[in-house]
Amino acid sequence: MVYSFRGGIHPGTHADPGYKAATNTKPIEKLALPDEVVLPVSMHIGAPAKPIVSVGDVVDLGQPIAEAGGFVSAPVHATVSGKVKAIEPRLHPSGSKLLSIVIENDGEDRPHESVHPYDFASMSNEERIECIRSAGIVGHGGATFPTHVKIQSGIGKCDTVIINGAECEPYITSDHRLLLERPEEVIGGLKMLADIMGVQNAIIAIEENKADTFPGIEKLIADDPRLKLYPLKCKYPQGAEKQLINACTGREVPSGKLPADAACAVFNVDTAGAVYRRFTTGMPVIRRVVTIAGSAVADPKNLEARIGTPIEKLIDACGGFKEAPNKLLAGGPMMGNAQFSLDTPVVKGTNAFLCFAGDEDKRVDDPQCIRCARCIDACPMHLLPIYMNVYGKVNDFDNAIECGMMDCIECGSCSYVCPARIPLVAQFRLSKGKIQAKRMAEKAKAEAEKAEKK
Amino acid sequence: MAYDLSKVVVTSSPHIKADDDTRSLMLDVLIALIPALAVSVFTFGPRALVLTVISMVACAVFETIYNKIVGHPNTVGDLSCFVTGVLIAFNIPVAAPWWLPVFGALFGIIVVKMLFGGIGRNFMNPALGARAFLLASWPALMTAWTAAHASLPLFGNVTVTDAISTATPLTTLKVSTILDAVSGPTAPPAKPVALIDLLLGQTGGALGETCALALLAGGLYLLYRKVITINIPAAYILTVAVITFLFPVGDLSRVEWMCSHLLSGGLMLGAIFMATDYVTSPVTPKGQIIFGIGCGLLTVFIRYFGGLPEGVSYSILIMNTLVWAIDKKTHPRKFGYKLDKVKKEAQ
Repeated sequence: MVYSFRGGIHPGTHADPGYKAATNTKPIEKLALPDEVVLPVSMHIGAPAKPIVSVGDVVDLGQPIAEAGGFVSAPVHATVSGKVKAIEPRLHPSGSKLLSIVIENDGEDRPHESVHPYDFASMSNEERIECIRSAGIVGHGGATFPTHVKIQSGIGKCDTVIINGAECEPYITSDHRLLLERPEEVIGGLKMLADIMGVQNAIIAIEENKADTFPGIEKLIADDPRLKLYPLKCKYPQGAEKQLINACTGREVPSGKLPADAACAVFNVDTAGAVYRRFTTGMPVIRRVVTIAGSAVADPKNLEARIGTPIEKLIDACGGFKEAPNKLLAGGPMMGNAQFSLDTPVVKGTNAFLCFAGDEDKRVDDPQCIRCARCIDACPMHLLPIYMNVYGKVNDFDNAIECGMMDCIECGSCSYVCPARIPLVAQFRLSKGKIQAKRMAEKAKAEAEKAEKK
Repeated sequence: MAYDLSKVVVTSSPHIKADDDTRSLMLDVLIALIPALAVSVFTFGPRALVLTVISMVACAVFETIYNKIVGHPNTVGDLSCFVTGVLIAFNIPVAAPWWLPVFGALFGIIVVKMLFGGIGRNFMNPALGARAFLLASWPALMTAWTAAHASLPLFGNVTVTDAISTATPLTTLKVSTILDAVSGPTAPPAKPVALIDLLLGQTGGALGETCALALLAGGLYLLYRKVITINIPAAYILTVAVITFLFPVGDLSRVEWMCSHLLSGGLMLGAIFMATDYVTSPVTPKGQIIFGIGCGLLTVFIRYFGGLPEGVSYSILIMNTLVWAIDKKTHPRKFGYKLDKVKKEAQ
């Protein structure tokens, strides 16, 4: 049986579904250590971490250099050994400058004393969660939600753990290569997560276009009845959390609620791998696999880089550009952020960096909706993008919300299929911002009135 | 290494798009219309092609002129005006003078489409609007039917001697059954057209509506290319089929009566190419089915009870005006909203 959801799109060509052919057969290459790493204190959703080192300090590989800034936050660790060169705002993939710790690499790669294997079996659940928290593990799929928060808020509510191996974003193959080359890390991590969360149903869900990973995984899950491999239909956005849960369990996460409300916890492939590595080697999050691809790249590759490595070094390792790029993307082409510089570092959520030189975007001037309804067929949330656009444009928020504005996951499926090339998602982001601002203003006004009455 | 980033632009995601655009969709519709046009040329002679080309060119010219006058970039490149052109030609008799489709194009493109804001903004199907306009303005010319394989001049006006005047299959059917049933036999009963002739289009009628088989082939192509969904044509045709099957009139058997209605008049042309016009049909799946059923009911009502033998174009035009209301009442269930919850909130 192949699992899926209703809606969605099929990017790519018949010969190359998902545009993954450029890198899906290329083994992960370890990138040479950079001369310096730039580690922003914010590589996760939540409060920024607080630096606990000063300029001039000598730090070791895996040493904590910034502590969590709150409950929903994650610490940052040194990803090379060397000297702290600066603590200053540096360019971040979000587009602005954020406080970052810059470490000059001494080339020794000397592990910190805190890096030692743990005995998972003898630890209490509290100790295990603390061990994950202190390793700075966050969702490696791109959303970077702190993993310990997800675990803690899900214990007791969830009966199912799902490893998200859909990797439905076009061009990206980093999870594919990890599943193929290091399945023991992913399955090991899945077992640990199932133990911690106390569930009897642990699913690893992988899109069919990665069927070459199935034999290795089937071998590893054979001895544990809790573990199941679910092949998923190759379709975007199969890996969106709500759609994945729906495909695997038939459940729908209620509007405005979290996966835990559908009794599911979803973790990325490399997040599970990070959990496994943390307990077996003690190493916190210091590296990640990044797919470098796109029509501008001379020799697309899957590179394992230390976090904090400037993107430019990864481009260098791929032979640079064969054509001057017109678009740089941190992440996939459907939901990734456009970049204007190669000076940004690899962060915990960087699963890919894409560089395009062709007309992938197909932007037109003055697009006109022809009401073909393809956006409605494509919407995985079963919304009405065509009317969300109509109402959003004229700030008719009540009708826009009725058509689903606030349920939009911004997956981009509607914009992708639109034959008129209307930038639908861009309009939705704009309208959502306005609606949120309006709600905040109303809330503030109501509170002010309440205070006045008192 | 320093890289040339001078061309880099920053935009909102998504950053890739599907290949299909408005132009390719309209091109698919034009391709799907070719079989019907070919049969028409075979049945009515090359004059059918001449009228179709005149109509297409007229539509493109009027759209260009309008865009020039209001200072908009020319939109002819999206090919939608050519689809309108073909459909206008398909709706007139082959014996019509050359200027008839030109006036149709003038009304369809300028009044129905461009004055409302151009592609995507019109509330009525331009080709059907044009047909209604022509039928009201030149009723005689719009019903000057010729029999299949009459030899007509390529370009000049059709004279009485050229035209072997005939009735459309539906007129024959209506006179010999429904009207006779009401007021007694008025004329010696004409023999209904054989079903095989209806299927192959070897009968009188508007230029492009006669061959059900060719139109169905075009419809299958559109479905295969995912240009249209099956909702509207299926709901439309099934509705007509069910009612005509349940309520046959005259001597024909139920099945013959039903098939005569399905295969004649503009039903196939209307259901496959006109009712599925994106701009003037609902966008929600449920709404499309309601729209199709509505078109089917109105068509049968007009054919049974109306003054006209033919009901497809008016039924679609009437349903066109209800599209926004239908869409608004047929929102699909959003992901994460359970049916019972929605009902509770509504109460």
